[in-house]
Formats: sequence, C-alpha cells, structure tokens
Amino acid sequence: MNQRITIPIGPQHPSLKEPGCFTITLEGEKVVSAVVGVGYNHRGLEKACEARTYIQDMYLIERVCGICSHTHSTAFCQAVEALAGVEISRRAAYIRVIMAELERLHSHLLWLGVAGHEIGFDTLLMYSWRDREKVLDALALLGGNRVNYGINTIGGVRRDISPSECEQLRSMLDFIEEEDKYFIDLALHESTLAARLGGIGRLSYEDALRLGAVGPVARASGVPTDIRVIEKYAAYDEFPMEVITDEHSDVFGRAVVRVKEIMESIKLIRFALDNLPDGELKVNVPRRIPEGEVLSRTEAPRGEDIHYVRSNGTDKPDRVRVRAASEANWHSVAHMLEGDYLADVPIIIAAIDPCYSCTDRAIVLDHRDTGCQQVLDWEALRRYSVDFYRERGFDAKSIKIPERKIIR
Amino acid sequence: MTKTFMERAVDWGRRKSPWIIHFNAGACNGCDIEVVDALTPRFDLERLGMLQQGTPRHADVLVCTGAVTLQTRDRLKQIYNQMPEPKFVIAVGSCACSGGIFDGCYCINGGVDSVVPVDAYLPGCAARPEAIIDVVNKLLKKWEEKQKEE
Ligand code: SF4
Repeated sequence: MNQRITIPIGPQHPSLKEPGCFTITLEGEKVVSAVVGVGYNHRGLEKACEARTYIQDMYLIERVCGICSHTHSTAFCQAVEALAGVEISRRAAYIRVIMAELERLHSHLLWLGVAGHEIGFDTLLMYSWRDREKVLDALALLGGNRVNYGINTIGGVRRDISPSECEQLRSMLDFIEEEDKYFIDLALHESTLAARLGGIGRLSYEDALRLGAVGPVARASGVPTDIRVIEKYAAYDEFPMEVITDEHSDVFGRAVVRVKEIMESIKLIRFALDNLPDGELKVNVPRRIPEGEVLSRTEAPRGEDIHYVRSNGTDKPDRVRVRAASEANWHSVAHMLEGDYLADVPIIIAAIDPCYSCTDRAIVLDHRDTGCQQVLDWEALRRYSVDFYRERGFDAKSIKIPERKIIR
Repeated sequence: MTKTFMERAVDWGRRKSPWIIHFNAGACNGCDIEVVDALTPRFDLERLGMLQQGTPRHADVLVCTGAVTLQTRDRLKQIYNQMPEPKFVIAVGSCACSGGIFDGCYCINGGVDSVVPVDAYLPGCAARPEAIIDVVNKLLKKWEEKQKEE
C-alpha cells in the first residue's frame, strides 16, 4: 500500500547555504509533489531604494546578491542612464563586459563545486573552488574587493584597467582555461558523473518555455535564450558570441552547458582585452533624473535579470523592481522534482543554481484553500495605504501620484 | 572548582576541534560564500580542526551571516536553542554586526545580537576569509584563557 508522507526540508539545511523551505510529498521514495517556500531572505530592498538617491541605490542594488552583484548593478545603471539619456563610453562598456564575464567564471565554478558536493563528489568541490580563487583574485585586482566589487557607477565605471593588470588577467585566463579543459573532459566522459546526473530533473523544451525558465536551465533544454545575444547591452554588440545549448534537458545537460560557458567567457574576456578601446571612464549624469520608466535586462550567470526603474524627476527613484534569474527558475523546480527520487532532490534544486537573496523580493501569498488572495494591484494597494494611514489620523488622499510617462 | 581528568579532556577536544554551523539569516550571499571559501583549499579552516556540520545539535560555534529578517528571526532562536552548551556565536559581516546596509528596511529585525547573544563580531562587506580565520582563532584563544582561569 502506498502511503503518502510529507516532509519539510529547511529553512536551515545542510546542503544549501541559504534559507529556503521545501515541502515535499513522497510516495515511497518518489516525489509526488513539491512546494517551494522562499522569502526568508526578504529584506525590503526595493522599498529601501525608493528612500535613497540613485548613487546610494547603487550600493544597495549591488547587495541584492553577493554572487551576481555586478549584473544587478549593471542592469540598474543601464536603466538610470537610459532615463537620463546619456551614453557611456566604449571603454566603460568594455570594462563592464570584462567584469560581467569574470563574474560568470566565478559563479559557474562555484556552481560546479556545489553540484559536486551535492552528489558526494567533494573532490570536485575542492578542485573547482581552488581554481575559483584565481578568478576572485582577478576581481579583487580590478575592483578592489572579492565580492561586491563596486566597479559600476551611473555613467560609466569607477576604475580603469592598466596594461599590467591586463597581463595578470591573461595569465589567470590561461590557467583557468587549462583547468576548464579538465572539467569539460570530466563532465563529458566521466561515467559516474553521467550516471548520477543523467535523467534526473528533466525539463523538456516545451516545459522550459511554458514555465519561463531562463539562463543555463533553459539552454540545457535546447532553448537558445541569452540576453547578451538577444539584446546586446553594454558592448556585447561587438563581441563574437555563441549561445551554448544542450539537448539533454536534465541536470547533466545543465552541467555541460555551464562548463562550456566557462570556455566561452574566457574567449570573451580575451577578446575584450585585445580590443579595449580608449576613452573616458565616466560621463557626467545629472543628479536629478527626468521623469520616465525603463525596463533593463542583463544576462546574469543564472539567466535573465530584469530591472524596472521609474523616476519622478527628483534624485530618488519612484519605484525599483528587481526580477532576478532564480525567481524565474523556481517554477520549473517544482515541476522537475515531481517523479524523481528523494535522494535526487538536493542536486535537482542545486542544478538551477538557486539564489535566495536574489529571489526574495516581494511576496505574493496565494491562499487557494481559503479563497483569499493577497494580490493587490497598484490602485488597490494605494487605497489600502490611504485607509491604513487615515485610521492613524493622517490623510494621504491629498498626495498626488504623478502620471506615468512611458518612454520607448 | 577543579575539573576531573575527563572534563579537562573534553574541554581540550572542544578547543582543538570546534564544529561550526553556518546560518544565513538574510545575507546577500557575499558573506556566506566567503565562509564556505574559508573551508576550501586556499584558506582551509580545517587546519584548525574546524568542521562544518549540518545540524545545530552537533555544533559548538554558530557562524551567522546577514541582518536578521523577520522570517528567519524565530528560526535563528530555534537553532541557537538546539545547540549544546557551551556555545558561541560569531556574527560575520557588517550586516550581521549591526544590520549594515539593510538597517532600517521594513523586514529587518536588526543585527544578530538583536536576537541571540554574540561572542565575536566581524565587520566587513564582505568579511574576507582571512578575517574569518582570525576571528575563529581569537575566539578559541579567549576561551582557552577563560578555561585556564577556572
Ligand atoms: S556584510 Fe555585505 S557582503 Fe556580507 S551579507 Fe551583508 S551586504 Fe552581503
């Protein structure tokens, strides 16, 4: 007789570094359904951004996530620059690309280690994290810090790359390239790895589209989506790029995509170093940003990262919204878990390279059983806040919200 | 109070091999990565006998990163209560020390010390692995001195 058991995993659990709670219903060893509970890391960043100036927000936005901090700040900068109507110099755009690709290197190596750890292959963790240190050294060399490098600023970048730093970068790249050849060989030919990762966490091409998967998860299902190619932000329009896809549609495919992307990133950085143009680092941007709204996209190591910024003519944004890549991928995780074994749960979750601090933005609670849905649209939210304050003796009705202007 | 031989042996063991548990109370991930980094080949905290543990019931030192969010507050208390005595808490990163950059956000309770008592503070955004090794080392030294006094 099959009995169903529900087990909660998390929020503090041995396999992941961040808090997330999974409620998994099992039938024997098989997962029948999985509910992903996130939100433990929600700090209220978007609201905090509205209370600070654009320059202060830069520092806040970088700390949305410590792993892909550069992507977030690039997306935010692009949005503000578009609102202000300024164009950054080519050199600044190239430096942004170099940092973004270095970030991808370190993030993918990090993932490789975490994945190795989840399947009990700790040697891989130690190897890849050892190599990752070299990339962190390079990031520290260019940005001054190992984690939140703070290289971006509105209107350009804060630091230049000197010729001697270029040389050091090149020798680091040679090292990583050699190591990555080994990792590719390992991923493609090591039979134990293929046996462990193959066939679990399946996500078909159709499902990837239907559930809105992004980044390496989508690419491993054969969907050639890459914002660097689709939208060609920063300096990517000048770079020869190849979108790496894979047809395996499982965890193995995601590993293959990531190790191959490391190679691609190395090529991009080399190209950038060879063709680094001259120019100003930073153009001046007025403190007060004209009214308007902008949606800006970048390709984070984990996929598409969207920032929405609405300005109201002052030096503070009216609304900032961050839709990080992991947020899009959570929907597919619940789908991927169904039908797999309990023992595969950690690696399937790890395979999307989840980032909770990215994900935990605003939370919508959908109480289907009680029929009470706490989804408020803009107007309802405003009415709610007006009533809330009126009860406390303050009439917010008198405050006018500026009309939204859409710029294209 | 004089300790028996057995008690002294246990103390020595604990000092020489403290097991840590890592909890993310709402960090941006930067400090967490650096904590894990400290356990991997270049920095290798295991040289000091440190081992990361999955469950709080096996751990001596709670390494806590990030400003405490309203959601994790009760979890942090629970984890702290589950740890056996004697226990230590290290707040890693500026956020964990005081709330840092997130101080004042509507979902933030404050630094780690607003929820559980903290033995060592390590500021820095992100705290570097070298600093993490140093803080662990200092904590152990202090504990050793305290034990000698007893
Ligand atoms: S101290 Fe800085 S790096 Fe560490 S968790 Fe806080 S914001 Fe992130």
